[in-house]
Amino acid sequence: MQKSKIQNPKSKLNLNIKSPKKIFNNLSLGFYYSFVIGVLAFVILLSGCSVQEGSVSSEAKVTIRGWHWMTDREEAFDELVRQYEEKTGVRVKFELYAPSDAYTQKVRAAAQAGTLPDIFGLLGEKRDFSSFVIAGHVANLNEEMLKDESAWKNRFFSRAIAVSEFLSGNEFNVEPGVYGVPLDVMNIQMLYNKDLLKEAGIRKPPKTWDQFLAMGPKLKAAGIHGFVSGWGEMWMIDCFASNYAFNIMGEEKVMDTIRGEVSYTDTDWIEVFNLFKEMRDAGFLYSGIVTMVNKTAEQLFSNEKSAFSFNGSWCVNVYSGMNPDLNYGVMLPPKKGKFPMKIWGGAGSSFLVNNRSLFKKETIEFLKWLSDDAQQTYLAEVTKNLPANKNSIGKLSPVLSGFVKAMEDTTHPNIWPVHEFPRVIEAFDKGIQAIIIGEKSPAEIALEVQKVKEKELKKKRR
Amino acid sequence: MVEARLQPKNLTMRIKHTLTNYLFVLPAVLIFGIFYVYPFIKVFQLSLMEWDGILPTMQFIGIDNFKEIMEDKIWWGSMWHAGYITLIALTFQNGLALLLALACNKEIRAKNFYRVLFFIPPILSEVVVGLVWQWILDGNYGVLNNILTSIGLQSMVRNWLADPKTALTCIAIVHSWKGFGWGFIILLAGLQTIPRQLYEAARVDGAGSWQSFTKVTIPLMMPVFSMVIILTILGSMQVFVLIIAMVGQGLVYHTTVPVLRILGAMTGSSRFGYACAQGIVFGLVLIVVSFTQKKFSEKMKYA
Repeated sequence: MQKSKIQNPKSKLNLNIKSPKKIFNNLSLGFYYSFVIGVLAFVILLSGCSVQEGSVSSEAKVTIRGWHWMTDREEAFDELVRQYEEKTGVRVKFELYAPSDAYTQKVRAAAQAGTLPDIFGLLGEKRDFSSFVIAGHVANLNEEMLKDESAWKNRFFSRAIAVSEFLSGNEFNVEPGVYGVPLDVMNIQMLYNKDLLKEAGIRKPPKTWDQFLAMGPKLKAAGIHGFVSGWGEMWMIDCFASNYAFNIMGEEKVMDTIRGEVSYTDTDWIEVFNLFKEMRDAGFLYSGIVTMVNKTAEQLFSNEKSAFSFNGSWCVNVYSGMNPDLNYGVMLPPKKGKFPMKIWGGAGSSFLVNNRSLFKKETIEFLKWLSDDAQQTYLAEVTKNLPANKNSIGKLSPVLSGFVKAMEDTTHPNIWPVHEFPRVIEAFDKGIQAIIIGEKSPAEIALEVQKVKEKELKKKRR
Repeated sequence: MVEARLQPKNLTMRIKHTLTNYLFVLPAVLIFGIFYVYPFIKVFQLSLMEWDGILPTMQFIGIDNFKEIMEDKIWWGSMWHAGYITLIALTFQNGLALLLALACNKEIRAKNFYRVLFFIPPILSEVVVGLVWQWILDGNYGVLNNILTSIGLQSMVRNWLADPKTALTCIAIVHSWKGFGWGFIILLAGLQTIPRQLYEAARVDGAGSWQSFTKVTIPLMMPVFSMVIILTILGSMQVFVLIIAMVGQGLVYHTTVPVLRILGAMTGSSRFGYACAQGIVFGLVLIVVSFTQKKFSEKMKYA
């Protein structure tokens, strides 16, 4: 065996150095086995990085895992799961992932990897929801909901349940049933600052669109900004426009447009687009509203920088944190057309049960408990959100009560029988932004949206 | 000799040698295969499918996604926006970086302090930088508008991020401000490798500062310039966090860049196949631009 001896002059250590190839020539078969086992272990390690759905905890008792995105409810959930563990011995471990975009990405990735927790929520359109159901990720709770004369289902506002329900003959071909447990309900309305209106010499909030527009010059003369909202977030523009589409042309015509039977260039749609131009021309809109996120809009309204705001019922909690002395009221958007004003609303957030969970039964039991009167009352009190449970609305503030009153006037794309193409929604919302910044006219946008619609319809037919 | 080589014992040894060689590279090949080759093949496969990212079934649609990209004006518009940001970064950002690197390469006081100071923006989070600049550029209560008003430039006051004429340029400038520190450090390191004797020899030959710069500094810095330019192109074309922090989901389509379109297709429209096709097209564009720039730099080097 050839060896080369090199003496390190500094350390005076003798090092026996062989060429790597020689070393391997002399290795035993055991080495090769070890190497192959090592590689296999590496591969197994990689494949085992993920936690399997419904995995049993190393601890003896059942541990239910849940994911959510609701930063404002984290402490309340912690308290409730503590109570539940004390009562039943079942441990529930909630993990918070925020912001909501990051949460959505995580849920999608987990669904693809098959690592969804026992409880999770979905943020997105009904189309995505249906894909989760078809892929077998979400348990159908219909049987449980309908037990004992629909005892569980009847606890909730009908609108809250509708968001997670698939009716028979639905366009996604999902098996009919209820697939989610609503935690709270919400709706989106107009809010007005009573003190600022008074300062501008306005006695009452507007009932009609014309009254609303007429307030623009008065507010401007008093040095008060008119209207603020998070219209940098596309869905809020969509929501405002949708309210007026229902009000101007009625539900049937809106649905016919989505079906492709009515064009977006119809005069009613141009009237909807024109509302944004009118608001801009009246100097109503807060500067920079088109890129404003809702958090900024909430800060501006709570700091009394704007007389009106368009926001959801969650704002009651937000405003009380930002400015407890804010003197404001809630109202339906001022009417423009002859049809009923339908506002967006329904389930604010819902929890779904992983269909592949090992603890499906325990998870359902926990969600039944969580949606029971006492727990819902506690959640509503602590987080100032509207409870999904009808029996828990006793102790609400006047503003929250105002939001509750409008629950029967709510609608939501997720409960519509038909759904618009995402590309059309994008063109619609971006088009409204273009109107607000004065780049395009309502008629131009109507034409552009219709072009996108026709393209998507053509693609669908193919 | 040949017969001896073919003896079974030698054959076994040769197989053993070959196996040994393969075993050496196997871990690296495995890691490369799992984390690079497989995802690439998967992305390419998905680009030929219509898939929402959730359903267990996918529909093969051939090159329809690529055809759609060719007709997608918003996509190519976003590519132009990224190109515009890159152009400003290449000129303003790298020009500033070079000027500061040249200044810090001279014997000036507190040069170490300046080096640290110029390297602060790159280490800050893009979200933080975006939000701070959003506050500075705010149309209602922004610092910039306050300064302009106080110095009598009222006519220039505007909502910088909500105006289609200024929004993208503001983003490009903030991106350049955040990124110039990288160029500065690399260029400074390059400048410090140029031997002083070359400048002294040039001075002896009668060269002034400008001639020293154009005849000594620039030719010797060409490889460094090339690297900085490629890094700037790759970094600027893929900017998106800063844009989200500054203008949220964007001002109409005026601030849309390719990465935001890809994200939008993936999470907004649930079109994974289309998003993958966009990713491939975007990757190809970046490769072509980088290679063109490299060839151009090589030509410049030998010119």
